[in-house]
Amino acid sequence: MADDTAINTDTNRYQQALRAYEARLQAIGSEEMVINMGPQHPSTHGVLRLQLITDGEIVKEVIPHLGYLHRCFEKHAESMNYGKTIPFTDRMDYLASMNNSHAFVMGVERMLGIEREIPKRVEYIRVLVCELNRIASHLIAIGTYGIDIGAFTPFMWCFRDREHIMNMLEWASGSRMLYNYIWVGGLFYDLPVGFEERCREFVDYFKPKLVELDELLTTNQIFISRTANIGVLPPEVAINYGCSGPMLRASGIRWDLRRADGYSVYPELDFDVPVGSGEVGTLGDCWDRYKVRVDEIRESVKIVEQCLERLTGALKRTPDFDPRALVPKKVNTKAQDYYVRAENPKGELGFYFVTQEKSDIPHRVKARGPSFNNLSVLPELAKGVLIADLIAILGSIDIVLGEVDR
Amino acid sequence: MEGNQTGAMTNTVVAEKAKTLLTARFGEDIVVESSGGLQPALYLAPERLVDVCFFLRDQEDLYFDFLSCISAVDDGVAAGTFTVVYHLASIPYNRQLTLKVKLANDRRLDNLPVVPSVSAVWRTADWHEREAFDLMGVFFEGHPDLRRILLPDDWEGYPLRKDYKEAETYHGIAIK
Repeated sequence: MADDTAINTDTNRYQQALRAYEARLQAIGSEEMVINMGPQHPSTHGVLRLQLITDGEIVKEVIPHLGYLHRCFEKHAESMNYGKTIPFTDRMDYLASMNNSHAFVMGVERMLGIEREIPKRVEYIRVLVCELNRIASHLIAIGTYGIDIGAFTPFMWCFRDREHIMNMLEWASGSRMLYNYIWVGGLFYDLPVGFEERCREFVDYFKPKLVELDELLTTNQIFISRTANIGVLPPEVAINYGCSGPMLRASGIRWDLRRADGYSVYPELDFDVPVGSGEVGTLGDCWDRYKVRVDEIRESVKIVEQCLERLTGALKRTPDFDPRALVPKKVNTKAQDYYVRAENPKGELGFYFVTQEKSDIPHRVKARGPSFNNLSVLPELAKGVLIADLIAILGSIDIVLGEVDR
Repeated sequence: MEGNQTGAMTNTVVAEKAKTLLTARFGEDIVVESSGGLQPALYLAPERLVDVCFFLRDQEDLYFDFLSCISAVDDGVAAGTFTVVYHLASIPYNRQLTLKVKLANDRRLDNLPVVPSVSAVWRTADWHEREAFDLMGVFFEGHPDLRRILLPDDWEGYPLRKDYKEAETYHGIAIK
């Protein structure tokens, strides 16, 4: 009997936070109101549910509820081999599938010790498709951000230009969004014949369009008054909450894993890391986060151009080039653990592998999605703001729920 | 890629340096064990974890200001332990450090492995610890709001455990 009581106390302890949360909602004051935003709200960019405790127009507290898109990525990953898991990584941040599989594949290659043997042409193709995908992801971020705060045109323009990238990547991989193109040790296929030329045409087409897009939003007075000085994220708070990518850089920290870790062929490429400046408001506000993404598109275009130059020059396609030459028949790792991190369009994407002796099925895979960490700062940013500004703040974080919930 | 960081310290050197400073500050037995491999790790005793983490964050030669990831690992039914792994990064120095805490546990659902919460040190830990609690059933002592995060509040069991059995029904609905 005594044992029973002990069990009950302990189980109660595990439920304590849930009771406290329920009590908090019960105890709202007469001036306060609980408003549900989502999971089916267009400005939550997916199935995110926010519970707002409001006082009139002021948001006093935000309680995010996640998990509506949880698809057990980690459980799947530990029940099948590494190659089969790549399509699952595509479905995490489904707006930047290439970048996801690149990070995953890099981790496996380093554990196998083959990362230095990968042919240069393969690496350049990987960087090329990743940067194209980064542009596509940022275009969505900017377009939907415009629509969140009432500007409809940028959305149409961004989706028009993004469609060109989607078509190109579909041509290379056979799929529009979920590519399964980058494989452990190589690629699914070489680029289709004529891809480099078409990509160059796209760059020539896209550069003036980017200037247009920039003029449409960046200096637009209505846009500035909706975003400047809103949702200010100081750098030390950003770091403490684990924010990364454009979120962190907009707060003035020049931290880009492509430069910090220098993985793949990024050290050979010339590009800058844009940071926020507080040009029209305060450092780390919504406008800075928007601006960093626009500048990053420009840098990605620079990288794409350099990749194309090398892929049609020194690393030209040859008839005997086989992008699958190094793809292992069976991934046999030692028993070890490894955390790999890479710069996704949204920030630091990490995979932590724990592998078993002589097995191609990992013991444990943990995925660290950048959106998950970037979103965790929302309750902090949204304290005491207007409901309308909450939408502007949420949009500026640029989350993908596929990655938050995994 | 570690090899590409010209001038940066390798992970092994960083782990050694951290170990030296930690033992100087907290005594010899604070680091239980260290492991080699691609990313060397320091095994810590759970009791003084929060103090150690504050030290690692604030000591100016270390300055691990960024918590990348917390992963809970089930070491297998036979091993009888769970491991919580912390991946730290220092942005100004561009270094990485791995900490591990090994917890012996009998896998009973009313007796979860307990480790102190580091969410006061890095707020990143808040949601990561909630996820580890939700999916692996590790209890983080002192966490401000340790509710399930990805699964529904009334979910039973911890799915990432190796001995997890899927339920037959959910709220009376057959799901198999």
